[in-house]
Amino acid sequence: MNSVETKDVHLYYGDFHALKGITMAMKKNQVTAFIGPSGCGKSTYLRCFNRMNDLIDGVKIEGDILIDGVDIYKTNIQVDDLRKHVGMVFQKPNPFPKSIFENVAYGLRVNGTKDKRFIEERVERSLKQAALWDEVKDKLKKSAFELSGGQQQRLCIARALAIEPSVVLMDEPTSALDPLSTAKTEELIHQLKEEYTIVIVTHNMQQAGRVSDYTAFFYLGELVEYAKTKTLFTNPKDQRTQNYITGRFG
Amino acid sequence: MAFGTTSSSHKSKKLAQSAAFFIFRLLSFSVVAILLVILGFILVQGISVISWEFLTEMPREGMTEGGIFPALVGTLCLVAGSMLFAFPIGILSGIYIHEYAKDSWFKRFVKLMTNNLAGVPSIVFGLFGMTLFVNQFGFGDSILAGSLTLGLLALPVVIRTTEESLKSIDDSFRIGSLALGATKWQTVSRVVLPMAFPNIITGLILSIGRVSGETAPILFTVAAYFLPKLPTSIFDQVMALPYHLYVISTSGTDIEASRAMAYGTAFVLILIVLLANLLANWLRRYFGKKVKMN
Amino acid sequence: MKRYFHNLGEKLIEGLITISGTVTSITVLLIVFFLFKEGLGIFSQSPVAEGSVIAVHQNNPVKELKAEEVKEIFDQNITNWKELGGPNAPIKLFSIDDITDYYTEEQIGANFEYLPQRLNELVAKEPNILAFFPEEYLAKDFKGHQIKLANVSLGDFLLGRQWYPTIQPAVQLGVLSLILGTLWVSLGAILIALPLGLASAIYLAEIANPKVRNILKPVIELLAGIPSVVYGFFGLVVIVPLIQDLFGLPVGETALAGSIVLGIMALPTIISVSEDAMRTTPRAMKEASLALGANKWQTIYKVIIPYSISGISTAAILGIGRAIGETMAVLMVTGNASVIPHTFLEPVRTIPATIAAELGEAPQGGIHYQALFALGCILFLMTLVINLTVDFVSTKKKENR
Repeated sequence: MNSVETKDVHLYYGDFHALKGITMAMKKNQVTAFIGPSGCGKSTYLRCFNRMNDLIDGVKIEGDILIDGVDIYKTNIQVDDLRKHVGMVFQKPNPFPKSIFENVAYGLRVNGTKDKRFIEERVERSLKQAALWDEVKDKLKKSAFELSGGQQQRLCIARALAIEPSVVLMDEPTSALDPLSTAKTEELIHQLKEEYTIVIVTHNMQQAGRVSDYTAFFYLGELVEYAKTKTLFTNPKDQRTQNYITGRFG
Repeated sequence: MAFGTTSSSHKSKKLAQSAAFFIFRLLSFSVVAILLVILGFILVQGISVISWEFLTEMPREGMTEGGIFPALVGTLCLVAGSMLFAFPIGILSGIYIHEYAKDSWFKRFVKLMTNNLAGVPSIVFGLFGMTLFVNQFGFGDSILAGSLTLGLLALPVVIRTTEESLKSIDDSFRIGSLALGATKWQTVSRVVLPMAFPNIITGLILSIGRVSGETAPILFTVAAYFLPKLPTSIFDQVMALPYHLYVISTSGTDIEASRAMAYGTAFVLILIVLLANLLANWLRRYFGKKVKMN
Repeated sequence: MKRYFHNLGEKLIEGLITISGTVTSITVLLIVFFLFKEGLGIFSQSPVAEGSVIAVHQNNPVKELKAEEVKEIFDQNITNWKELGGPNAPIKLFSIDDITDYYTEEQIGANFEYLPQRLNELVAKEPNILAFFPEEYLAKDFKGHQIKLANVSLGDFLLGRQWYPTIQPAVQLGVLSLILGTLWVSLGAILIALPLGLASAIYLAEIANPKVRNILKPVIELLAGIPSVVYGFFGLVVIVPLIQDLFGLPVGETALAGSIVLGIMALPTIISVSEDAMRTTPRAMKEASLALGANKWQTIYKVIIPYSISGISTAAILGIGRAIGETMAVLMVTGNASVIPHTFLEPVRTIPATIAAELGEAPQGGIHYQALFALGCILFLMTLVINLTVDFVSTKKKENR
């Protein structure tokens, strides 16, 4: 079953044609990785799935994007409802200037949840899912800034999970982390796919190989090749993919 | 996992947002409206008073007739004098803080003191100027004492402007110059300052507008209540526009009769500030283009 | 050789720059020195008007009085020596103009040549007298007791409620009403300016589209440049009459008028400082909030405002600082009555306005002159506290990052 489906998506920044007709589908409860040299459009494409590109002036999007069968660019779609449904984790850990607890509870609160017990349970569950609970359970009231970089990123993952999205978007989630924290995060991604559909952008091919089931290679705004990760890395069909994974550019 | 159907929590969220944004928009526009009312009121009332005679004649009939010439000249003298003092020292001081000072307690102290000086009320500058320049140095009530007092007041602004402008110059330019064997001063004077110059000069022009309207510091250091002649040396007293406005609107010989003169004076004061702002904006744009072309 | 001069030049320039760098520090230190040198003088001067004598009968047990008590006696609020720790007898007030009630013009002499002698007699004769006369008429063998007035103490100065710096026979230098007046007007100003300023800052930083912003920003910058005397003038001809009519007051020059004018003047500072603070909120943090389903408004009040709270407090404190130190505008619209304010619809007098209005008339070196410098010290200390607070808040913010 497909969780995210796009048909002939074009995106323009003013005059610049950043995405050139991308059609692909991402399977439910699988990890899909986007790879490609910087500026290839992989992050831009990812940001279409929760309409983060709406925030940038002068962006125009054409084509259809369906998430769980709903066209998210239809006029009657409420952007904040969509974003509740599609979680996102960013490049650098970006916790709010609030306590650890409040960071995770944030999404629930802004979406109108008032029940205290419910929030507490959900925060605990999310922190456990993000493999952070044991490290922070005694200091939930402390500022999130007191955590290490790796812990902060797992906090941001917990924060995204707390509103029970069905899809989690990850935009180079380990690029600002040390190798140890990276390994932990990757392990986490592996566990999370049982409940969530995960789409991850990475500039690190080894990472894509380690964590993903499917991999898509983007180049200059085009989807060049999309296949099972193993197939793409061992038997690429396109010359450009071959060049990229063997390190000849990018 | 249904979405796309509008929930009730969404509705209240949206309502709160619309209400909040409406209030903010309303309040912001009322701030602008206040300004436009003040400007408009004074400009409309003042424009009919303005004439060549108003600008070039001495005040007459207990300052209810005639012009503001001596006050205009006095203010120009004070602005020129204070800038002559504040510009070089302020710019050098800014260079010291940003380019020369090592990161030490002394630099922190200097920065703290500069910030403190910026926060000192203008009337305290007046008190200080009177004790130091008028009495201690024996300058008397004079252009010199007034200019120095105003100069000290403008100093923190000039320093901050210089500092901010220097901050915006990327370190690679300094390193590049030093790597070619230039000395520190050569680097600062030939590479950094020319690049920072546009920003510095815009800031300075704005500070001129500020200084021209200051009243409290000149009350006891230079300003004359009524003196219908032009100064001949820096040890003369002068009239000044802001003090003149204060006098004829609160304690003149006939407050009602001098109302027209007061509107005219206020008009000229606002005009100076407006011109300074326009000039600064124009320079910013002019230099902005030039930098891009390079 | 050339190289030597080169280095010398470089050193000279560095020296010159370093000296310039210290000018502000030296100025601040000099300001402190002169303000306090003159201002502290009031604590070592007697509050009796210069060249005057206050005297009592030599057997009167009351030997010392406070300046405030003297004023109460002359205002006839204290009429019995008992209230001052003396015998139960009414105080017989005498000032030099009353001399003709006791003696004929011949007895005094055509050129007042016998006046000292007569005064001496009178004080010796009247056990309950409190006499006040010029020092030049003090007889050499004066038999009465010259009352010494206690010097002004810091407590009297700060907590005294009466500010009559030129009154005879003893000046009253209590500045409480001036301090409260200053704080009162500034508080009103910030109550007006903070909501307006913050709303505008939020609007400019987060809501307005770039086009609107590019128009509004310079307009607000301009607001900052208008001279305070012009604001004062506007207040005088527009706001003051408006308040007078609106509330049916005898005079429109009130604390409210001052607060409104000062509030308008504090707006640009508050707007630009807090807007800058909000604009430093990292984009990533805003995106994180939006990605969790928060809308723009929720992001503003749940993320952006908490993130920039120290900048916003800095803006508020700086706004108060500007209001406290502002002179001309306040002088022109607040009515300048030195009474402790109870409502915003009464005239008040602030510290800067007092200095500006009275320094011109105070004889240099006199107690009034020194009292005005002491007021300058108080003002300086108030703004110093504000500056240090701002400095503390902003360095603390940097450490938190």
